[in-house]
Amino acid sequence: MDFVQNLPFFGIVAALFFGVLCSVVHRRAAEILTYLLLGFEVVASVLVLQFVIRTGSSFTYMMGHFPAPWGNEIRAGIFECFTAFFFSATMLLALVGGRKHIYHEVESTKVNLYYTMACLLLSSILALIYTNDLFTAYVFVEINTLSAAGLIMTKRSGKAIAAATKYMVMSLLGSALFLMGICTTYDITGHLLMSNIKEAMAALHASGQYAVPISVIIGLMSIGLAIKSALYPFHTWLPDAHGSASVSTSAILSALVSEVYMFLLIKIFYRVIGWDVVQDNKIMNVLYLFGIIAMLMGSIHALRESDIKQMIAYSSIAQFGYIFMGIGLGTAFGMQAAAFHLFAHASGKALVFIAQAGLADANGGDRRIVALKGTAHKNPIAGLTFTVGAFSMVGIPFFAGFISKYNFATAALYSPNKIVITLVTLAISTVLNAIYFLRVVLRIYSPIEDKKPVIRSGFAFGLAVTVMAIGNIALGVFGSNVMEYIISGLKMFG
Amino acid sequence: MIGLFNNLEATTAIIVFGIGFTTLMLNRNMIKKIIGFDMMDCGMYLFLASKGYIEGRLAPIVVNGITDMDAYINPIPAGLVLTGIVVSVSVSAVMLSLTIRLYRKYHTLDIDEIMMRAREEGDDE
Amino acid sequence: MSKKREDYEKSFWYKISSFVNDGKSFATKEIKEEKHIVEEDKSINIVPMSPWDTEEIERTGLYDSYKHWSFEGILKRAQKFYGVFSVLVCVLIIGILLYSISKLPRFGNAENPVNNEVSKRYIEQGIEETGAVNIVTGMILDYRAFDTLGESHVLFTACIVVFILLRLDSKDQKTLEEAEADDRNFEPKNDTILQKVTRLLVPPVFIFGIYVILNGHLSPGGGFSGGAIIGAGLILYLNAFGFKKTGKFFTLRLHKIISIIALGFYSLSKSYSFFTGANHLESFIPKGTPGNILSSGLILPLNIAVGMVVACTMYGFYVMFRKGGYK
Repeated sequence: MDFVQNLPFFGIVAALFFGVLCSVVHRRAAEILTYLLLGFEVVASVLVLQFVIRTGSSFTYMMGHFPAPWGNEIRAGIFECFTAFFFSATMLLALVGGRKHIYHEVESTKVNLYYTMACLLLSSILALIYTNDLFTAYVFVEINTLSAAGLIMTKRSGKAIAAATKYMVMSLLGSALFLMGICTTYDITGHLLMSNIKEAMAALHASGQYAVPISVIIGLMSIGLAIKSALYPFHTWLPDAHGSASVSTSAILSALVSEVYMFLLIKIFYRVIGWDVVQDNKIMNVLYLFGIIAMLMGSIHALRESDIKQMIAYSSIAQFGYIFMGIGLGTAFGMQAAAFHLFAHASGKALVFIAQAGLADANGGDRRIVALKGTAHKNPIAGLTFTVGAFSMVGIPFFAGFISKYNFATAALYSPNKIVITLVTLAISTVLNAIYFLRVVLRIYSPIEDKKPVIRSGFAFGLAVTVMAIGNIALGVFGSNVMEYIISGLKMFG
Repeated sequence: MIGLFNNLEATTAIIVFGIGFTTLMLNRNMIKKIIGFDMMDCGMYLFLASKGYIEGRLAPIVVNGITDMDAYINPIPAGLVLTGIVVSVSVSAVMLSLTIRLYRKYHTLDIDEIMMRAREEGDDE
Repeated sequence: MSKKREDYEKSFWYKISSFVNDGKSFATKEIKEEKHIVEEDKSINIVPMSPWDTEEIERTGLYDSYKHWSFEGILKRAQKFYGVFSVLVCVLIIGILLYSISKLPRFGNAENPVNNEVSKRYIEQGIEETGAVNIVTGMILDYRAFDTLGESHVLFTACIVVFILLRLDSKDQKTLEEAEADDRNFEPKNDTILQKVTRLLVPPVFIFGIYVILNGHLSPGGGFSGGAIIGAGLILYLNAFGFKKTGKFFTLRLHKIISIIALGFYSLSKSYSFFTGANHLESFIPKGTPGNILSSGLILPLNIAVGMVVACTMYGFYVMFRKGGYK
């Protein structure tokens, strides 16, 4: 057994330990510890990814002295390792890019607690990516909820606390439904390990026993995780949380927290319930319907926003609709498209959130779109990278968003009943995205009298947004290679 | 319907869960929402714990060295409920401290009114 | 713009639009101009580049009426509908769950799917593989220890979140004095009965808590319950003797030290155990004979660590809710 195989486990426990450590040290030390941890994570996931590609199959790692159904287990394959690498890199860049704002907006004695929450959030993200056991997933979903709420709350305005309260209430509703699904699954199959549940479910589906509880389980888990990841009818907490959180928090919330729940949903569909059972069930159509409505309504709400952060928040809701539409198509191609869009959205959204902070800084902190006129001239790096992010969100070729929209369109061709609606909605949604994103791009590049670059946002900000922009363009240009990895990763995912 | 009477414990647990869920979702007072969340979690743990019971057997602590499987109930749901209770306590503590902060600032416990006032006042401290 | 009718106020459309718009019709709506934007626009001499650019163009058309569409008229009618709809959704969820419950296996049946080979191994080989007489403790702290690791960190996360929200800055004198003044109602006023009884009760409470923690693997108990009992004892002591006496031995520094040592010990020892287990190495932790206190490998130290963390966290919650500081 290679030493490399220990690295996922080291990552999770190190993140938990560093989180505890960050709460007792001073703020600079906490920041450096967090960056060290994230750097270690990025390198470790790349090493494990290389190992898994070389051996060609996923491996399981026994947590303790007892094998799987009696002890815990984690499992790493191509898709998991790539997701871990991507999410850790995004989190590192989001924290580096927004660090000036963290120091300004959070009370100075509590900055180390902010980094504690970030470390614990990283540990829960990694545990949810790698876990092979359903109850472990629930425990780390709760750590995820609490640490994300903690990140929102560190900015002490009344609006942030009210938004965090609303987030916690809706998140708890989602967790309760999810736990209900887990309990019912345990009752009818008797296992908590994902692979064993899948065998038992296949047997139950073939024999026709417990048909109603199986449908209810799929429904409960999907709706529970959909509430937590802000799918359309349950999205009301997202704009408030974004509008009052600091910049890194918004990037992390939108690009990582919601996406890890969607990753967990894909994992449950592949590894707990099993592909045959899921395809026979009608719940996928409900998810598809919610996805379509989210794509349209998210963009329609975004059109009327006058604050740039709220507009990007509503755009997130539309993008989550894309992913759920991909899951709801019910074919392997739809899942692949949805999986790629996880990465495309994460890279574009984090970039857009951090870059708009630079633009708003050039205006003295005013975030209204009408007031952002010409700010790209004052802060050229922010303007250029915001443009890259906006183009990726709209879906212009060469950027990451184009590959994912193309994937969705080709995936739609494989589900005969849903071709027309999907393609029409994709078209309308792209046009709406273009309207509100390109409006902002045109506005920030409007000619103004004094075209000298005024704002120096700091080396950290410039470095972070440049790396994110390069990553986004790389994802767009090498999209087909990444798609091959995703396809092979999803094959060994089940 | 007969199934409901066979599983009376599970039915009661679901009814308690349902009342808690409704209270958490629909009530406007923060303290009542927290009480609803507590009830919902209690219903959930009752449901899970009732899955382990087997009629006529003892609690899973080895007495007199008997380690036969037919002598004890299933220990797994008990362990899961232990974990769940700790999660429930943590979340209750966080929700209560949020309520304290909101009350100190807005002097009301009505969440709808707080959201409306928070939206109007903007982003200042 | 089209001409307005002379008897516009009597027209059907006016009645509808004023009903929807709560007293004002669409046509007579004032467009909310944000004053400072208009001033800023006038100060800079620019060429309008896009249709959204200047605010002086008269607002017509679908986009602008959509953008300035006010919510309040619709909101009141929507709220009633929303209320009925949410109640229906909740009743529907409860109904679906009850229907699915009626199809689940019967309660207390020994042939249920849950009673399979997983629980068989826990019961039959639990005592020789973990050394714990209490099978549930052996399960959560040895077989499924990763879940318990996550769970202790859930408690830690909640503690940190409560600190973020409620802990007062020790350098901000004004808020500290205000909190002190607010707390005066709860401070004990040298109540003799309370103090004498507390002096009698708190030592047995602590001893009982320690007993429950130490006996986690031999009888019902464990770190969580024992820690809660010790926390309750600390709260009782605080309530009887006040912050001055309790703050002498239980400070924020002590809390931090205990958290770091306990959670650090938990992570490190469990990492050692997981590492040796996954790599199929031999681990050097002795199991002892079942039934002794000093047995069952790592379970006893882990129970102690968890108990300390839970006790500090419970006390920390109480102190934060009351005053926001430890002194």
